[in-house]
Amino acid sequence: MARTLQAPVTVAFDYTRSTGPVLGRFFTGLRDGVIVGGRTSSGRVLVPPPEFDPDTHEQTTDFVEVSTVGTVTAWSWCPEPVAGQPLDRPFAWVQVKLDGADGTLLHALDVPSPDDVETGMRVQVRWAGERVGAITDISCFEAVPVVEQRAPASVVETPEDAQGAATDPVTGIITPVELDYLYAASPEESAFYRGLEEGRIIGQRCPVCHKVYVPPRSACPVDGVATTDEVELGHTGTVTTFCIVNVPFLGQKITPPYVSAYVLLDGADIAFLHLILDIPAEEVRMGMRVEAVWKPREEWGTTIENISHFRPTGEPDADFETYKVHL
Amino acid sequence: MGFAQRQMPEFDGSPTCVELLVPILAECYEQTGFTRKDIGFWCSGSSDYLAGRSFSFVSAVDAIGVLPPVNESHVEMDAAWALYEAWIKIQTGEVDTALVYGFGKSSAGVLRRTLALQLDPYTMTPLWPDTVSLAGLQARAGIDAGVWDEQAMAGVVNRSLTDAEKNEYAIRKGGSSVDELLARPMYADPLRKHDCAPVTDGAAAIVLAAGERAYDATERPAWISGFAHSADALQLGGRDLTRSPSAARAGEAAGLDGVELAELHAPFSHQELILRRELDLGDDVRINPSGGALVSNPMFTSGLNRIGEAARRVWDGSASRVLGHATSGPALQQNLVCTMEGRV
Repeated sequence: MARTLQAPVTVAFDYTRSTGPVLGRFFTGLRDGVIVGGRTSSGRVLVPPPEFDPDTHEQTTDFVEVSTVGTVTAWSWCPEPVAGQPLDRPFAWVQVKLDGADGTLLHALDVPSPDDVETGMRVQVRWAGERVGAITDISCFEAVPVVEQRAPASVVETPEDAQGAATDPVTGIITPVELDYLYAASPEESAFYRGLEEGRIIGQRCPVCHKVYVPPRSACPVDGVATTDEVELGHTGTVTTFCIVNVPFLGQKITPPYVSAYVLLDGADIAFLHLILDIPAEEVRMGMRVEAVWKPREEWGTTIENISHFRPTGEPDADFETYKVHL
Repeated sequence: MGFAQRQMPEFDGSPTCVELLVPILAECYEQTGFTRKDIGFWCSGSSDYLAGRSFSFVSAVDAIGVLPPVNESHVEMDAAWALYEAWIKIQTGEVDTALVYGFGKSSAGVLRRTLALQLDPYTMTPLWPDTVSLAGLQARAGIDAGVWDEQAMAGVVNRSLTDAEKNEYAIRKGGSSVDELLARPMYADPLRKHDCAPVTDGAAAIVLAAGERAYDATERPAWISGFAHSADALQLGGRDLTRSPSAARAGEAAGLDGVELAELHAPFSHQELILRRELDLGDDVRINPSGGALVSNPMFTSGLNRIGEAARRVWDGSASRVLGHATSGPALQQNLVCTMEGRV
């Protein structure tokens, strides 16, 4: 058995960014099938245009249309593409100096093997099927066919063809970012979740201050030492503080209003968050004694969700003095 | 005055690395005789993107003990930059001791892909250019321009793997010969796998102290004599990839006279060649006796480790003036140089 419990987790977010006038010009060009560079104060044409001049730090205002054909100035082979790259089969990354530009553009070159790419080779843009105003409007680069070395690059739809709305400048881009991880719980958290799978609640005790943490922490935040001792806790506790959830949100599983509360388990020194049900929300109070309600055993896993919720025990409320340091 | 490190290919533990940090900090206390109560300022380097845990640096402070509250900060960079912040803090006179740490669990994700998030978010990240491919472009640029060749790159690797045999923390070791290395297959042409630093998990910490306070901990501290960092433009297409002007600027600002030994943070073999040129390190300067980043490259501490490894050579008397370097960003975009010396 591995020391830690592990599970795949995916973190994803669509980043929405305003482009500003300079990159907006570049992306508008891509959408319209042209590549726009920026001329710097030193006279160099850079693609993409830098938002600010590298020397004077003034905003770039001098835009230059460059060719969709250019020359490879450097390349590297990508034998194992990762998710999201322009091609899902081995390809070359290239820096391309487009005709009319002085700097290079980074992109992918669709060639079958490293033997099919070399510095100095002529390449041209392969446009994406649908262009939206993003760097990915360039699907990738491809070799210029030898017999057409002097022919113009691939013909693209101009904005006039695309009618109306497409001539508005691009002002924003959306970049989906998705990251996949194998997420590991700490050894102490792993013991906690393995305990839950057996219907037990396990915390860790600090060997110096003897405080008991549940869910457990690997080190005591007071003393900065490893929490070495496992402690099994009871299934009853005290509500230290709570809130009534009235606001609906994405992924909500219970119909509002309901109560989310900090429960200080008997024997623990830190409260943890759980639900208080089986009682009208307005009757929940600080100091209320509660007990864990477990789901049917056949539904248990290595998860805090084995405990469905907490409910009142019916005991008298705890004295404020017994939990005031936990607020 | 104190330095402790841990490295491994895959850390079987949480993304906060608290379990690693506790023994590392204990080692620092043992080396210096300090307790955590003696530390005036804490600064860490890490990033949640590495292993997907939000606020991992907040959880990690459990390892230092933060009740009552401590004077603490964090950088989303290699902990070498956290060391810079701590050094500045000491310069202000507000504190006279600091402990700097970093941690990272690179193996939890696909590191070379995750690092695409440090690129220009408009024109680069949407293409997900991976670290290895970008380094390959840089290596190609130098090969094509005749600035270096595959033999020189393999020479760096062979020396690093040979030196790594004496480094208990190296996760890749064992030198052979330039010819043998060049006989191995290409991976990301023009890079072979040994030209690329291994994905490494780990954590590390360094203890700083000012003035007389340093002699409380050790008889022969490594005194920081110069410390500077600089960055180049993010767009790769506008700069000469065979150069690293920011490394040269950082080195000049830190002061390079008399450096006998340099620990360079070069995650790709050709990058050491660039750094040696930019920092004007001659053949008489000992490079990376630890084996450097090619033998273990824990994200967020590999740069800090270079400074710690260089400092160790001052402590043990084997060098009197040394340099530790850290890099961040694509293709040596950001560079930091810390020079240290022994004083009689």
